[in-house]
Amino acid sequence: MAEASKMQVSDEIAIQITGMNKWYGQFHVLRDINMTVQRGERIVICGPSGSGKSTLIRCVNRLEEHQQGQIVVDGTELTNDLKNIDKVRSEVGMVFQHFNLFPHLTILENLTLAPIWVRKVPKREAEETAMYFLQKVKIPEQANKYPGQLSGGQQQRVAIARSLCMRPRIMLFDEPTSALDPEMIKEVLDTMIQLAEEGMTMICVTHEMGFAQAVANRVIFMDQGQIVEQNEPKEFFNNPKSDRTKLFLSQILGH
Amino acid sequence: MSDAFFRTEMTPPKAPPITERGVVKWLRENLFAGPYNTILTLVALYVLYLFLSSVIPWLLNGVWNANSLQECREIVTASAGEGATGACWAMIRERWNQFLFGLYPQDLYWRPAVALGLLLVAIAPVLFPKVPRQLFWLTLFYPAIAFFLLWGGSIWTPIVAMMGFGVMALAYRLLVPLSGVTVAAMLGVLAAVLWWLFIDAPLAEALSAALPVGLQSVGSDQFGGFLLALVIGVTAISFSLPLGILLALGRQSDLPVVKMLCVGFIEFIRGVPLITLIFTAALLLGYFLPRGTNFDTILRVIILVTFFAAAYLAEVIRGGLAALPRGQYEAADALGLDYWRAQRLIILPQALKISIPGIVSTFIGLFKDTTLVSFVALLDPLRGVTSVVRADLNWKGIYWEPYIFVGAIFFVICFGMSRYSMYLEKKLKTDHR
Repeated sequence: MAEASKMQVSDEIAIQITGMNKWYGQFHVLRDINMTVQRGERIVICGPSGSGKSTLIRCVNRLEEHQQGQIVVDGTELTNDLKNIDKVRSEVGMVFQHFNLFPHLTILENLTLAPIWVRKVPKREAEETAMYFLQKVKIPEQANKYPGQLSGGQQQRVAIARSLCMRPRIMLFDEPTSALDPEMIKEVLDTMIQLAEEGMTMICVTHEMGFAQAVANRVIFMDQGQIVEQNEPKEFFNNPKSDRTKLFLSQILGH
Repeated sequence: MSDAFFRTEMTPPKAPPITERGVVKWLRENLFAGPYNTILTLVALYVLYLFLSSVIPWLLNGVWNANSLQECREIVTASAGEGATGACWAMIRERWNQFLFGLYPQDLYWRPAVALGLLLVAIAPVLFPKVPRQLFWLTLFYPAIAFFLLWGGSIWTPIVAMMGFGVMALAYRLLVPLSGVTVAAMLGVLAAVLWWLFIDAPLAEALSAALPVGLQSVGSDQFGGFLLALVIGVTAISFSLPLGILLALGRQSDLPVVKMLCVGFIEFIRGVPLITLIFTAALLLGYFLPRGTNFDTILRVIILVTFFAAAYLAEVIRGGLAALPRGQYEAADALGLDYWRAQRLIILPQALKISIPGIVSTFIGLFKDTTLVSFVALLDPLRGVTSVVRADLNWKGIYWEPYIFVGAIFFVICFGMSRYSMYLEKKLKTDHR
């Protein structure tokens, strides 16, 4: 695996979250979140289920609305303004736990749809880009199949390629390997590591601690809707400060 | 001795044993499995025998050449003996044209025939993707062509009416960059309605005064039989689908006003029997419309039948929308697709595919419901034309034959729709489950 230190992090701010709060009805899911992500940073968010980590990254591209505080992505603040939301969404790629490929379209059509309709790229050019990224995730031969004909690992790699076709500046990963069989996790992680090496700004919600140690420059631990601890990976795993973090780490690394 | 075990060779697949295959096996399993099953099979066979033993001679003794029911019966008695029964198809032979065209002038039968032929050409590109796309131009103008062929009159009436759609498209094009898809579409529809209400009639009149081109006009009261059923059915089917889709989307809308209007419309229409709506269309609307508007009865019936089918379709399609996983909406959002693009490219193709059986059922139901127009004195093929035929002294008392004839034609059309839906489902199947 690659060395995290090799990868460049710039001073430019990619995402700035300040004093953000979110409620589901009466339930306070995200509490006073403050977080800055620099361009080129690779952040891993972990924590027990229900801790709000998925909700947090879904707020970054407005799949979820926040009620208080400020989220600025690439200089654009997320408000109810639909134009801003569409702008942010076309800059931010997202990979889901359950892939969410479009089952009625071929792999190639899945990849070219958004570039053609959102970015107004000519069809020929969009297909060339799509093939380029399919080569990159190592499944160009599947281009004309339908998602249902692919294995879970292949589908997730297609989903990553689909996001990359929009040439995003930031990638969000929402538990990308949680729905996969163990033998397919590696192929997806390898793709993500490759992406990290190329300097993509990434926020990954994942339980793959090996991945965190290899590529993250920061690990964030969340519990009960709050950021409990964040640190660079070596310190985070070897020398956790809070009791909650210690308990969590002992539970997931303990066996 | 230990339980340890390891396999050195993998077992290859084998064919099932002989008792699990073959016709005898099937018979035993399905018809004669145990005493109860055997008794039921024998009873069913006996009932089948009773039915066929009376129907088959009736069909075999059928008479095609006669001038009245009386004559039919005499021929049957002469050929098959006293007390024998026989079908009197001679009535169909003499009156088939009324079942197909109603009271449409005989020398103008070519016009509905050409309209039907063009209909088949015009729907081909909609139904089958392999048909050349250029044919869509015919599909687009078919409503005007069909109207002109069927009703006749001045050629300017359908042309000016179609220009209303042109106005709609133009208004939409001009407004879309300014106001977004939803508002532009609404204003486009408004512009078209204004065109039809205020400009359409005077313009058409002026044009036909200046350049009188046209066909002999045929009144709506002369329409009947399958011509009437197809005019109502095809028009209502083609307009109810887009309307139903809009209602289904509106019902899920975040805008309370849109949602309320859609829910209100759907629940009201579904809560009222179709006959009530048809009565309303034929009788009551006349009182509400401004004096002097000559709003055709068939057109009114078409509009309300369309509304009726659209309300049912909206619920069928809502089922399809609900069946889609949330992830599909989220993926479309995350890629930056706006609402209408996400609906058109991602959501509706999948939701409609899921809804195909329900949609086609609604269409088939709608087509058969067109016979209900007999309640407002239109000549539907089943009750309307049949009663006209029976009013003739020659065919008084004929009972089964017209129903069998009409039923057979309905069956062919409805079965065709059903088979097409199965073909479509198979063609669109991409999930490889």
